[in-house]
Amino acid sequence: MADIAHPPAVAAELRPMSGRRTAAAHLAEIVRYRELLAMLVRKELTVRYKNSALGFLWSMLQPLFLLVVYTAVFAILRAGFARFAIWVLCGLLVWTLISSSLVTATVSITSNAALVGKVKFPRAVLPLASVGGALVHFFLQTAAFAVVLLVTRHPVDWEYMWLLPFALLTALIMCAALALLLAPCNVYARDTMHLLELIVLGWFWATPILYQYERAADWLQAQGIAGGFLLINPATPIVMTFQRALYGADEVGGVALLPDHGPLWYLGILSITSVVCLGLMYVALRVFDRADVNLAETL
Amino acid sequence: MLAVHVVDVSKSFRIATDPVNSLKERILRLGRSGHVEFHALRNVNIEIDQGQTVGILGHNGSGKSTLLKCMAGILTPTHGRVLVRGRLASLLELGAGFHPDLSGRENVYINAAFYGMGRKGIDRVFDDIVEFSELGQFIDEPVKHYSSGMYVRLGFAVAVNLDPDVLLVDEVLAVGDELFQAKCLSRIKQFQAEGRTIVFVTHDAATVRQVCDRAVVIDHAEVVLDGAPGDAIRTFREHLHGNLAERPVLTSDRSVIAGVRVEYGHGEQRHIAPGEPLRMIVDIHPDQPIAEPVLGIEINDRRGNLVFSVDTDGLGASLAPIEAARAVAVTIRRTWLLDGEFPVSLKLTDRASGEVVDWREAVTSFEVTSAGRAEGTVALDVVVE
Repeated sequence: MADIAHPPAVAAELRPMSGRRTAAAHLAEIVRYRELLAMLVRKELTVRYKNSALGFLWSMLQPLFLLVVYTAVFAILRAGFARFAIWVLCGLLVWTLISSSLVTATVSITSNAALVGKVKFPRAVLPLASVGGALVHFFLQTAAFAVVLLVTRHPVDWEYMWLLPFALLTALIMCAALALLLAPCNVYARDTMHLLELIVLGWFWATPILYQYERAADWLQAQGIAGGFLLINPATPIVMTFQRALYGADEVGGVALLPDHGPLWYLGILSITSVVCLGLMYVALRVFDRADVNLAETL
Repeated sequence: MLAVHVVDVSKSFRIATDPVNSLKERILRLGRSGHVEFHALRNVNIEIDQGQTVGILGHNGSGKSTLLKCMAGILTPTHGRVLVRGRLASLLELGAGFHPDLSGRENVYINAAFYGMGRKGIDRVFDDIVEFSELGQFIDEPVKHYSSGMYVRLGFAVAVNLDPDVLLVDEVLAVGDELFQAKCLSRIKQFQAEGRTIVFVTHDAATVRQVCDRAVVIDHAEVVLDGAPGDAIRTFREHLHGNLAERPVLTSDRSVIAGVRVEYGHGEQRHIAPGEPLRMIVDIHPDQPIAEPVLGIEINDRRGNLVFSVDTDGLGASLAPIEAARAVAVTIRRTWLLDGEFPVSLKLTDRASGEVVDWREAVTSFEVTSAGRAEGTVALDVVVE
């Protein structure tokens, strides 16, 4: 029961209920609603594993299963190089974070149409919660993968380990920015989600996950294009950092995998990518804010 | 001190003549405007003081819900703006966003978070929410197993425990059983006593009379009246009549009762206050002479309950034989009805032949509007000593 003796504490000023905000004000509003964001992430996970006996273990089983499949397939095909399955998973885990957060974020507003039309809250939390959900998955899968690395005594490179938080942060900024761009697009044209599936597929092959960076760079060089061109893809530096630290080598059995550089070079490419993604984030906040004005009635 | 200030708010929607939801169509139609502009609100200005309870009255499609959504910040006005002081909670739909697979408890936390409440804040009022919702141990059951009543109770329980400075309510009190409605109403009264500001959107005049200090009538996207609840309800009903003027009158095959006119006796006014006189002029156009005419009058309320019925025989008044068209005037000298619209049915019989010459169900209706706070159908003269 509310305390009757205590009158409602009323803020001093009259505030506008809607309208455009600056990017900073928009961010501040999202931060104010951080508990909602956390609850939505938790909700997404609870709902997904409701009524399943193994629950979140399913998330952890997926990379283990992939590991077995890749190991078997590439052994039979005699393709790839030593411990190829581990190499693939180093890139695939962080790639899954990117792709699944974008795919779920794109439909996050359209699938919550009823809510958006009935309650006032910063709508940006919906796509951001999708990124959050994908992040939790990423942690679960990485934990499972870490166990594999331990058990197989895979030689990770500790010299590069400290870069992983930076790589993850870069990935999160990129995902958040793209999520904020894609979700309102899908409100105005539902083609966005179908188009995105194609883009994600193309993007996957443009990122050195199933192949090694050095091989693609060599091929580009042969065509007269600088190998560094590959780094324009913002997913590439992120994936490469994970590969360098977790696979733990830049060449194996005479096969060049990654450029022969120290951790600082990786930090450099990550920093540049982060700055670009922060710029994208600013654009995304502006675009989202612009779209937000007519969101409820367009849905 | 103002709690809500609606400043010159207009809202128009573009209604696509063909809804465009795909990129292809968007590109194909580039530059061509396949839509019409629809004005849902036009230059609305409302000032609501802190602690006031204001009703927004309007018919379906009048723009009242659009106004509420603009106040809640869900829609952005095309022109003008809405300013609000303090924390606002809008109850546009009870349990909006409840997830069927999650338990009542989980849904309470998520629902409250959508209104900007943190986990700790919810922890503090959680027991009150469960108590108010009367869910008991069902709170840990998935919401999909709830009855619709339980669902609504939980939704309302969350909303009233949000501790808002301004509460916007849209027709939601019309749901649930009577006991729960009474409970909601008493919680609303408690809110009023605590000095909170409440805005009600409704088309139910009784709610406005019961709880509001003031009411705003919206019709055709504009504010037509902003004043005392009694005046607002009257205006609201007059506009309803305006809207329904073209309503076809039920005709029987022999239109002997050719028309009925209600005279309220105050010039333009189309209602009376309780206890005032009312006159009805019945035009009778006989297709053959009626030797011993008997005119029966039946007055019902809007729900169809009989309020009063009598015929000229019962009144001891005998009508002269009707051979040519004539008018019969029926005067109710003191109309002790309280409030509402009262449909009138007429029946004309010929006692000589025992034949029903003509009957008309709800051929007309009249309006009684009370300025007081009493409710019901009849106006009793009550004194408390």
